[in-house]
Amino acid sequence: MNWFTKMFNSSIGQKLIMALTGLFLCSFLIIHMVGNLQLFKADSGLAFNKYAVFMTTNPLIKTVSYLLYFSILFHAFKGIWLVFSNKKARPVQYAMVDGKANSHWTSRNMGLLGTIILVFVVVHMSNFWYEYKFGHVPYTRYTENLMTGIVDVEEMDEKYFQQEKLKEEVYLGERTIIVKDLYKEVSLEFKEEWWLVALYVLSMAAVSFHLVHGFKSAFQTLGINHRKYNGLIHFIGVWFFGIIIPIGFAAMPLYFMFK
Amino acid sequence: MNLTLKVWRQKNTNDKGKFETYKAENISPDMSFLEMFDVVNERLIVEGKEPIAFDHDCREGICGSCSMYINGRPHGPNNGVTTCQLHMRSFKDGDIIVVEPWRSAAFPVIKDLAVDRSSFDRIQAAGGFVSVNTGNAQDANNLPIPKNDADESFAAAACIGCGACVAACKNSSAMLFVGAKVTQFALLPQGKPEATQRVLAMVNQMDAEGFGSCTNTGACSAECPKEISLSVIARMNREYLSAQLFAE
Repeated sequence: MNWFTKMFNSSIGQKLIMALTGLFLCSFLIIHMVGNLQLFKADSGLAFNKYAVFMTTNPLIKTVSYLLYFSILFHAFKGIWLVFSNKKARPVQYAMVDGKANSHWTSRNMGLLGTIILVFVVVHMSNFWYEYKFGHVPYTRYTENLMTGIVDVEEMDEKYFQQEKLKEEVYLGERTIIVKDLYKEVSLEFKEEWWLVALYVLSMAAVSFHLVHGFKSAFQTLGINHRKYNGLIHFIGVWFFGIIIPIGFAAMPLYFMFK
Repeated sequence: MNLTLKVWRQKNTNDKGKFETYKAENISPDMSFLEMFDVVNERLIVEGKEPIAFDHDCREGICGSCSMYINGRPHGPNNGVTTCQLHMRSFKDGDIIVVEPWRSAAFPVIKDLAVDRSSFDRIQAAGGFVSVNTGNAQDANNLPIPKNDADESFAAAACIGCGACVAACKNSSAMLFVGAKVTQFALLPQGKPEATQRVLAMVNQMDAEGFGSCTNTGACSAECPKEISLSVIARMNREYLSAQLFAE
C-alpha cells in the first residue's frame, strides 16, 4: 500500500475524509443560503429564476456541483460505514450507559442526525433539482416597461419553451424575459404540502444539531485545536451553522406556507 | 450502608458471562469502592463461592490497574478519579450499583471484571519510547524547553494507561491514550528525532488492535482520571497527517 491509501485507510484518515467533505458541504450551505435569500424578494421570483438558470448553466458552477453531489454521497456513505465499523470495536454492549454524564447528545448521534439529513436531501433534490432538470416546471413571462419600471407577469405554456431556460429581449421600450419558473414550483409545493414544510423544518433542526458538533469536530480532526482560535470556531459552529443557517433555511418553506 | 450489586461474572474469555446480584452489607461510607469489593469477596470465600475477579494494584490512583464500569460510567460517578479513589460516600444507602468490565474488542475479558489491556502495551511498544539511552543527567540548562511545552508534555505524561477513555468512548477508540503518548514525546527535544516514525507506528498498531475511530464526543477526556485534554488527539492527528503527507 502506498502512503496515500494507507493514510486514508487509517482511523485518522477516515475521519479526515469526513472532516474535509463536511467542511466543503458547510461552505456550500453558505452559497445556497445567500442564493436562496432571493426567494424573499418581492419580484414574483424574477431574480431567483435568473439565479437558478445561472446556477444550472455556468460551467464552473456545474463542475463544482458535481463535486458537491460526490461529496454528499461520500460523506453519507463513509459516515454510515464508520458507524457500523465502530460498532464492531465493541461487540458486547454495556447493560447501562450514562452517556449524558460525559458528552453531548448531538455528538453521540451524528449518524442518526446525518441519516435524517440524507433523507431530506433525497426528498429535496427530487422535489426541485429533478423537477427543474427533468420534470415539468412552468414558464413565466416577465414584461418590464423600461419607462415606468412596472413588471407584468404572465404564465406561459411550457410546450413552447422546451429547449431554453431563459430568453431575454428588449423591444419597443419593453424588456421581456421568459424563464423557467422554479419560484412558482417552490411556492406551490410549500403552499400545498404542509407535511413537506414539516419535514423541512424538522430536517433543519437536524442540520443544526449535526453542525453544532460537526463543524468544530472537523477542525479537531484536522488537528486544528488552538487556544486562540477554539473560541471562534466554537462560536461560528454554534451561532452561524447551528442557528442562523438552519433558521434561514427553515424560514423559506414557512414563508411560502403562510404567504 | 447496605447496597445491592449487579456484577458481571464471566469465567473466562470464551464464556458468555452474565450478571449476578450480591448484597453488600454493613459497608462504611469511608471505604473505597475496591475495599467494598474486598468485603463482598471475603464473604463469598467464607461461603465457599468464587470471589469476583477485578484488577487492582497501588490503590492510590497512579497505577491504572483498577477498571470497572460503574453505573454506566468508567470509574463510577466522580470525575478525575480511579475506582480505588472512589469512596462509598458517593453512593446512598440502599443503592443498586451495576458493575461491568471495560467493553471493547481490543480489551477481551480475562475473568469477571478483569480485562486484558495488553493492546495498550503493544501500542506503547510500537513507538512510545526514546530509543537512545540518555546517559548521565545533563546540566539543567543544556536543553532549553519552553515552560508551556514542558507543562503540556507533563500533563500528557500523566496518562496511567487505565483504558477509561476506551471504555467511555461509544466507538471504543483509543485516541486519547495514543494522543497522550504521542504528545508527551512530541513536545520535548528528546522525542523530536523519532516523532514521525513514532506517530505512524503507534497509530498503525492502534488500528491493528481493533479500536474504533474518534467522533470527538469528548467522553474520553471527561472520564479520564488524569483529566487529559482532548487537545492531545488534535496534536496526534496533526502529527500523523503531517507525517504521512510530508515525511520522506
